[in-house]
Amino acid sequence: MTKRRLRNIKESALKAFFFANGIIAILVLLGIFALLFFSAVPAFREIRLKEFFTSITWDPTSPVKAEYGILSMIVSTLLVTIGALVIALPIGLGVAAYLSDVAHWRVREIVKPIVEILAGIPSVVIGFLGIVLFSPFIAKVFGRSNGLNAINGSLLLAVMALPTIISISEDSLNAVPPAYSEASLALGGSRWQTLIRVKIPAALSGIIAAVMLGMGRAIGETMTVLMATGNARAFPHGLLDSVRTMTSNIAIELGEVPYYTPHYYALFAIGLVLFIMTFCVNLVADIFLKKYQEREL
Amino acid sequence: MRHRLMKKKNVIQFFGFFALRGCLYLVLAVLLLFLYDIGKKGGGAVSWEFLTKAPRKGMTEGGIFPAIFGTFLVTLITAIMAIPLGTFAAIYLNEYARQTRLTRLIRLSIRNLSGVPSIVYGLFGVILFVNIFKFGTSLLSAGLTLGLMTLPWTITAGEEALKTVPNSYREGALALGATKWQSIRTNVLPYALPGMLTGTVLGLARAAGETAPIMFTGAAFSLPFLPKSLKDQFMALPYHLYVMATQHHDILKARPLAYGTALVLIVFVLGINMAAIILRYRLRRKRR
Repeated sequence: MTKRRLRNIKESALKAFFFANGIIAILVLLGIFALLFFSAVPAFREIRLKEFFTSITWDPTSPVKAEYGILSMIVSTLLVTIGALVIALPIGLGVAAYLSDVAHWRVREIVKPIVEILAGIPSVVIGFLGIVLFSPFIAKVFGRSNGLNAINGSLLLAVMALPTIISISEDSLNAVPPAYSEASLALGGSRWQTLIRVKIPAALSGIIAAVMLGMGRAIGETMTVLMATGNARAFPHGLLDSVRTMTSNIAIELGEVPYYTPHYYALFAIGLVLFIMTFCVNLVADIFLKKYQEREL
Repeated sequence: MRHRLMKKKNVIQFFGFFALRGCLYLVLAVLLLFLYDIGKKGGGAVSWEFLTKAPRKGMTEGGIFPAIFGTFLVTLITAIMAIPLGTFAAIYLNEYARQTRLTRLIRLSIRNLSGVPSIVYGLFGVILFVNIFKFGTSLLSAGLTLGLMTLPWTITAGEEALKTVPNSYREGALALGATKWQSIRTNVLPYALPGMLTGTVLGLARAAGETAPIMFTGAAFSLPFLPKSLKDQFMALPYHLYVMATQHHDILKARPLAYGTALVLIVFVLGINMAAIILRYRLRRKRR
């Protein structure tokens, strides 16, 4: 009888232990959002919300009048991100379709880990390659004095988004029920027609999820864009302009800003905007991911 | 007529598949170019002195030993912070917690937190560890910041692995009179362990290569000495590469050393990756 009681105590203790760990982990993670929020709020005692989001001038250290508009940075971030997706989506989807529908399974077994190597390269190394490899190339092609601009960042972010897009798109193409493609083939469709008109539309929710995840990663990527896009503060007018994204701006200024000044809080406000943007993008990705996983079952 | 249609269809298919293969070759070519460039130019810079000595003459000569050592230490702190907490939390969420709307919500937020930009974790580290806890810019602050960033990944990886354990394993143990913990210890964990380990180690590899979270929480531009305590600043490979590539006063002279640093960093990170994959393979085979 005592043995059983001892065992029960041990069970409850273990359960409590795991419960405590779960709670701590969750509290810590939710605490991130709360702390970030409360560090960003003081910024808006000095800065009007409207100015923050609609002004294109960011000049917090101006001796005349400090200005805190982040519109240029938001546009720069979106410009670089969308550029990256425009490059990465067709290529990534192409690779995914090749792996799922054309390639021999042995090729797939070899290629998948290789693509994972690409995902494992640290972002600072990718940024370095942007400086030493892509920048001279872009400078030559477009006849510029240097190649540190938005297109460079887009190319690098495309490389970084590719592994995500390839692996999730391939999974979702493989998850299309065989009956779909069998029906199409039986009706006389070629394998290409089946792929384009049946399988890709059927796998669409997974593909959208892949793109959204790639987008979330591109928006939040810091080192690559910091090193490769030139970091000019001006409002960007095209892919050949030097741009400063939200992430780069935080990285550049956080090291020098005096603590507890409006400028300091404003950097946290940018961080909060970033957090919310990526959270929303990831949430949408999650919804689409759920959609195709549910169908799979 | 029908014959010609057939032919046209085949031609389109031929070119279509050709284009798809082209995409694959393009991606492989980019990866090869990256590895070749760094391997070739970095290989020339790496020597015994480079790996074992500190930087000299304004970082235009000498080695990167302090950065290698610093990255090793900070990854260790990350592991201590993230692995136990993350694994136990995953066990709680998957094995003990009742599957209610609340746990679903928690799971959703954890998954989303693993997509939060690393620089946001850096900001968080500055507020919490550097300012509120007064750890200053130090090894400890940077390691804890990276640990927080890794936490959602470890939890997610742990849960994914636990989810692959068939329910019959748990029920089998319970039916024989085992308690909950006994069933977890003898039936669930051994099965899930390879997956959990791989996921966790992959997360660590990612953390080791991160720059943004440590830039403001402890990584130093250049230090003449190794960190002696957790409160010291430290040099780290990723940050050192960033400095050598963009902040150095004589960038062209530092370029070979930057290449060498990049090579060492890639070998370090991909080495951890590889170790994880080999580990998984070994454990899986042993189970059979």
